[in-house]
Amino acid sequence: METILDKYKATEVANVKVWFKAASINDFPKDGGACVKYKDKQIAVFNFTRLNKWYACQNLCPHKMEMVLSRGMIGDDKGIPKVACPLHKKTFSLETGENLNSDLNAIAVYPVKVEEGFVYIGFDE
Amino acid sequence: MFKYVIMKNIIVVGNGMVGYKFCEKFVANEASKDFKVIVFGEEPRPAYDRVHLSEFFESQNAKALEMAPASWYAEHGIDLVVDERVADINRTAKTITTAKDREFSYDYLVLATGSSPFVPPIKGVEKEGVFVYRTIEDLEGMLAYAAKINAEKPDGKAAVLGGGLLGLEAGKAVLDMGLEPHIVEFAPKLMPRQLDSRSSQVLKLKLESIGLNIHLSKATNQILGDGKITGMEFGEDDTLDVDMLIVSAGIRPRDELARACGLEVGVRGGIVVDNTMKTSDNNIYAIGEIALYNQMIYGLVAPGYDMADVAVHQILGNTDKVMPADIDMSTKLKLIGVDVASFGEPFMPASKGHSIIFENKTQHLYKRINVSLDGKSLLGGILVGDAADYSMLHQVYLNGMKIPEDPAQLILPASEGGALLGDVMDLPDEAQICSCESVTKGQICGVIENEEASDLAGVVSCTKAGTGCGGCKPMVADLTNATLKSLGIEVKDSVCEHFDLNRQDLYKIIQVKGYTKFNEVLDNHGNGGHGCELCKPLVASLMATIHADTANKEYAIQDSNDRFLANIQRNGTYSVVPRVPGGEITPDKLIALGQIAKKYDLYTKVTGGVRIDLFGATLSQLPLIWKELISHGFESGHAYGKSLRTVKTCVGSTWCRYGMDESVSFGIELENRYRGIRAPHKIKGGVSGCIRECAEARGKDFGLIAVEGGWNLYVGGNGGANPRHAELFAEQIDNETVIKYLDRYLMFYMRTAKPLQRTAAWQERLEGGLDYLKEVIIEDKLGIAEDLEKEMQTLVNRFECEWTQAVNDPEMMKRFNHFVNSEEEDDNLVFVPMRDQKMPEPWV
Repeated sequence: METILDKYKATEVANVKVWFKAASINDFPKDGGACVKYKDKQIAVFNFTRLNKWYACQNLCPHKMEMVLSRGMIGDDKGIPKVACPLHKKTFSLETGENLNSDLNAIAVYPVKVEEGFVYIGFDE
Repeated sequence: MFKYVIMKNIIVVGNGMVGYKFCEKFVANEASKDFKVIVFGEEPRPAYDRVHLSEFFESQNAKALEMAPASWYAEHGIDLVVDERVADINRTAKTITTAKDREFSYDYLVLATGSSPFVPPIKGVEKEGVFVYRTIEDLEGMLAYAAKINAEKPDGKAAVLGGGLLGLEAGKAVLDMGLEPHIVEFAPKLMPRQLDSRSSQVLKLKLESIGLNIHLSKATNQILGDGKITGMEFGEDDTLDVDMLIVSAGIRPRDELARACGLEVGVRGGIVVDNTMKTSDNNIYAIGEIALYNQMIYGLVAPGYDMADVAVHQILGNTDKVMPADIDMSTKLKLIGVDVASFGEPFMPASKGHSIIFENKTQHLYKRINVSLDGKSLLGGILVGDAADYSMLHQVYLNGMKIPEDPAQLILPASEGGALLGDVMDLPDEAQICSCESVTKGQICGVIENEEASDLAGVVSCTKAGTGCGGCKPMVADLTNATLKSLGIEVKDSVCEHFDLNRQDLYKIIQVKGYTKFNEVLDNHGNGGHGCELCKPLVASLMATIHADTANKEYAIQDSNDRFLANIQRNGTYSVVPRVPGGEITPDKLIALGQIAKKYDLYTKVTGGVRIDLFGATLSQLPLIWKELISHGFESGHAYGKSLRTVKTCVGSTWCRYGMDESVSFGIELENRYRGIRAPHKIKGGVSGCIRECAEARGKDFGLIAVEGGWNLYVGGNGGANPRHAELFAEQIDNETVIKYLDRYLMFYMRTAKPLQRTAAWQERLEGGLDYLKEVIIEDKLGIAEDLEKEMQTLVNRFECEWTQAVNDPEMMKRFNHFVNSEEEDDNLVFVPMRDQKMPEPWV
């Protein structure tokens, strides 16, 4: 049975087939995130202004399977950029998707690029 | 040249806590590499922490209880086979056969099959709705059944058969499931194995005070009901109606495998072992609750872990390691929030020594220590209601330390001059601090001195101290702090890894420097990181207090609820609570609420704070709903914020024939005064019109009760996990004085408390306690009263409804969309019917 989790597979830049133009950089709060819809996927995109970097991951928190990560607060855990789920404060590395404060499975992370004021997310399909 | 090493096989039967501990200790030993370990568990999941099973009712997270994930076994070369029971042992062929008819051979067999709940042969015990309390599957069954009862009737009842330690744990589970709890015990007292009659009586009073119904000296004749349980019968005309029963009448060792293959077992069950944990067969060991050692079954986790350690050493050839003849059965528990502890010899016969007993039934406290006849050594004791002294007393007992000339001082409230036993650093290095993991004081201090650990988390992960029952954690923390201090390392209660400052430091810094942005605070006073979910909302809250701002400033650093000005619920939708000051509402406003709830199909419920909560709003619906609410004269209720929630009122002299004053009017005035201010935690108030106290004001952070000649003011109460009654602060004062004191009190709290500390905890930990607080607030000992009042008045004057602010600002409105690139809603939302309304689909 395909579950909702199977929709989300970590994607490397090398495997990107589609760079999806998501939204203007001004649609995302500084040092915060928002949710992007791509086909039947929900992707959380974070504007990590302090690092001058952008991150993308599944919006689905694997703990209770709710679409909430984009509403989470970001920051770092001993230098690792992370997002904290707003429901139970489970934290995930934005670099690798790894769960940092318990033993949940990693979340899928996606490459992001910014060109001419627009945010693009990379997918392999 | 090749050298062949023939791997020897060890089969462990049973993957419970002790079976797991055997694996852990085994792979940690260098000599284990020549062995292959296969573990069989009959449950569908890897070993979990059964001691903390009742936590499952709150978290419903089985993974959180795991001793180690399944991957741990693979990483350490252990084959873990779950969901497969070992059905037979052939001692001659040295093989085992599983219930799936697979055969495995062994060189050594370790039996850790544990125990099963004992179900007395009572007529009708097979009926639907009768459960045992042992595995996560049992708990899941109970939860599903309780949910069914709750859906059918509002006042379901569940009984627990057995008033022992596990029975009381199960009683907590019944409370958590929302059913009326009854404990039925055959003996004339609770916890007959651990407590004497008097302490048992104190425990009974305490448990009754928190809502448990306790029935002692009851022999159950039969379970009533047609197919499913409807009641219990104790004797003629002596019955109890219940919808569910949890049997917790003791345990029986799971020795059927051992019996079938002819190992020596005890008369009342359990496999006979010697002090090497060997059974009557040289190749078979037994550990944990299945092992009968000294003609005793030890149902505690600490001796079980010791047995696992002994078996590991014996199998690996270190035959010097044996079980001690005397096993410490001391234990400290928190049962339904009540401390219960016993150590050493709790019931000492009068011939061996003297007992000193301190009993205070009004406070539900009982302390007993047993002292040798010469008064020089501590032999054991019992603590009920407050076991803060347990760790120290246990250490004194274990290490035979000297006791004061008047031993009563060990249990009497400490006199001035601090603890009588000096501090934790006075313990000898060999003092065992964590008995579950056998960790000594020397080991704890050692890892800090060797720089292997630099904080409590590090000490716990290096030594494993505190990972068993957790009872030693306060002492491990004290030792860690004391050792750090002795090395000249400052121990600070800093807010998180990004600041070496506590909340009070940050408060002063932001006030003096006037910072208005999180990054300014972080860049100038942080540790070079980028913030986190602890420091961001804290700084946001402090800036809101200091600059009299709303949560709309810099929304990305606000806690999720403050960011969207609503309470996030289970499925990521939100609930909406408009302010209804004092609980007074006009029919027109009530109708408006109903119409809005109907229009947006919102689940509607009256909250614990007697307001009306509308559930199930999506992000994009929030501003639409609020525009309508605002047009009907409502404003934000701040139910999502660490700020004032409600001031609950009774109707007072406005209508009530007993009312002494207008509690509603004053409640509304206070709620409107303090609405919107950001604090370390939520604040609730209550105003009652007479001493009948219908507003439950003493259960609030601040409470007022009208009496002859004015108001009595109470401070520092709360409900929650640790209910506290507010303490009387001032008597017979007028409205103006109430406001003066409350302004100062709340502002002082907001300045000095720790993050997420309610007034009760803050007040309790203030040096000098309530007397000091009175000196500061009433007598103005610190000379800050005027400042406190001024600061509060600024907050009051500058109040603005943050929802009105948000819906009138297009820039602020941008955050209330599920997607940035689509108008669509979250397609993952599924609602199911609940009575005549809806609820989110339950979590799996």
